Amino acid sequence: MHSESDAPTLSTEDLTLSYGGPNIVTKLGIVIPPGEITAIIGANGCGKSTLLRAMARLLRPVSGAVILDGEAINEQPTKAVARRLGLLPQAPRAPEGVIVSDLVRRGRYPHQKVFQQWSPRDEEACERAMRLTDMLKFEERPVDELSGGQRQRAWIAMALAQDTPLMLLDEPTTYLDIAHQIDVLELLKQLNANEGRTIVMVLHDLNLASRYANHLVAVADGGIVAEGVPGEVITSEIVERVFGLPTVVIEDPVTGSPLCVPAIS
Amino acid sequence: MTFAIAAPAANTAMIVTASLLGVFAALRLADVVPNRRFSFRIGPVSALIQSRVIVIGVAGLILAGTLLVIGLIVGDFPIGAWDALGEAFWARGGEFDFIVNTLRFPRVTVAILAGMCLGMSGAIFQALINNPLVSPDIIGVNTGAAVFAVLVLATGKNIGLLPVAAFGGALGAAAIIYLLAWKRGVSGSRLVLVGVGVQALLGAVITFITVRFPIERIAAAARWQAGSLFGVSWEDARTLTIGLLLLTPAAFVLTQRLRLLQLGDEAAAGLGIHVERDRLALIAVASGLAAVAVAVTGPLGFVALLVPHMVRLMVGQLTGGTLLLTAVGGGAFLLSADLIAQRLFAPTSLPAGVVTGAIGGPYFLFLLARYNRAL
Repeated sequence: MHSESDAPTLSTEDLTLSYGGPNIVTKLGIVIPPGEITAIIGANGCGKSTLLRAMARLLRPVSGAVILDGEAINEQPTKAVARRLGLLPQAPRAPEGVIVSDLVRRGRYPHQKVFQQWSPRDEEACERAMRLTDMLKFEERPVDELSGGQRQRAWIAMALAQDTPLMLLDEPTTYLDIAHQIDVLELLKQLNANEGRTIVMVLHDLNLASRYANHLVAVADGGIVAEGVPGEVITSEIVERVFGLPTVVIEDPVTGSPLCVPAIS
Repeated sequence: MTFAIAAPAANTAMIVTASLLGVFAALRLADVVPNRRFSFRIGPVSALIQSRVIVIGVAGLILAGTLLVIGLIVGDFPIGAWDALGEAFWARGGEFDFIVNTLRFPRVTVAILAGMCLGMSGAIFQALINNPLVSPDIIGVNTGAAVFAVLVLATGKNIGLLPVAAFGGALGAAAIIYLLAWKRGVSGSRLVLVGVGVQALLGAVITFITVRFPIERIAAAARWQAGSLFGVSWEDARTLTIGLLLLTPAAFVLTQRLRLLQLGDEAAAGLGIHVERDRLALIAVASGLAAVAVAVTGPLGFVALLVPHMVRLMVGQLTGGTLLLTAVGGGAFLLSADLIAQRLFAPTSLPAGVVTGAIGGPYFLFLLARYNRAL
């Protein structure tokens, strides 16, 4: 039930980014494959989160542009962009005492007007977002009383209520234990498979990235080192170039995706 | 109507009892009424309404109405309820015209309106800074107003300009603090810190003025700084009404965006608002609301701190509905405080700020203890 075009296109052209100092990303060009899960990987400080922020129009490029549906994203009305592209920041914090349903409802803002704050569509979208994330039973609970995994689900529910064909997530598994990491990634996989949502996320864990993403982008020093299906990107040469760590790549015994093991003993 | 002896103790007891009954009724209602949300839809207009906002709002209006009637009948010259109401609403120009329509009615009206301004301003600042312990004072509204008000009173010239000067000082201080706190955007904590610094400076300016001018004029300045509704008129009520009519719709519209800012700048920007522009608008509107109140009454502590917190305790997070509820609560609270201030030691009347401080101070300590962990 996406409100706008079902196949959004997101890409960058000669994108250069900085926070006022040296360039963090330099002349980077990337095309996000629509309808797939893309994971951006790279070492700490390589610029991957900065890149994601720019793709979500949170950072104005020094030069170049982020193109959403054929037009520079910073030139489009931000509320209209928010109907096509959603963002889940890293480790977001809800104000004390906010209950889950209240948080989720705030995700509807891009679809609302001053005198139209609770249309039947708003109601449906929130109900559906909480159902998909299995949050209906926690509807009335304060977000800050939930466990880490549940909390992340509540935030994903908010992003789902925003009902955008494109979702950007900055390290959605940070601070979660392995079971909850898998839980969140399975949820994203379902959203991608069942609803055709395009998902772009920054992930720390290479093995989880190669397991859940169809498309990997390896970033180092503000540029792209390699991109493609996990099998092409996760090789010991590329991993060593990106992380400076010697590794052995074997086949994941469960999924057959590449599994990276540090070659230091 | 005989010249009955005014009974300060009985009056005070009546005011306190009515206020406490109102507060306990609201707290009780918050306990027993489930906070059900129901959809309000007429044509394209739609909103989600919380049952508690309605129920507690009605309780608040009843309290404010009761206090208003009490405010018309009690005083050094007591008037029967029927006579007082008649004089105020349907039979003006009678025996009690001066007492009711020049002294008491404008004063209760100003108390309600100024309380509404302060309540909403506090609700916005608390949500914006994400801290239940802040109030519009942090942006220097009170101190800024005080500098100019004290200057006007101390020089003794153009006393008529006092409200304008206070209003200008309030907004001027807010603007200075906002600009000094700006560093690629304004964060809540920097706003608070810069606010503390600038206010220390302005405090020094006030002290300087105080020691430079004749003591009898300084007494008036000190009285103003205590915050009082003594001698307010319909003119003041009109000023407040204009302020409320201009700023309340803006506050109501901006509340929706404030609710997103509460989720952090990144999430808010992702949801499609202009973070810095909307934050500036919110600070301007909330400072404006507080500034109008300060201009008329002088600084009144704790109204803007206590009322939004109580509303949050009873209903929950800031919404358009709770913003309006905070206005009702602020009006009732300030009216109650001002009536107590008038009657407690009658015929000597206290500045209302003394009573709001006496109620607000302990409440603040309670809050501080409660939020100790979070600070």
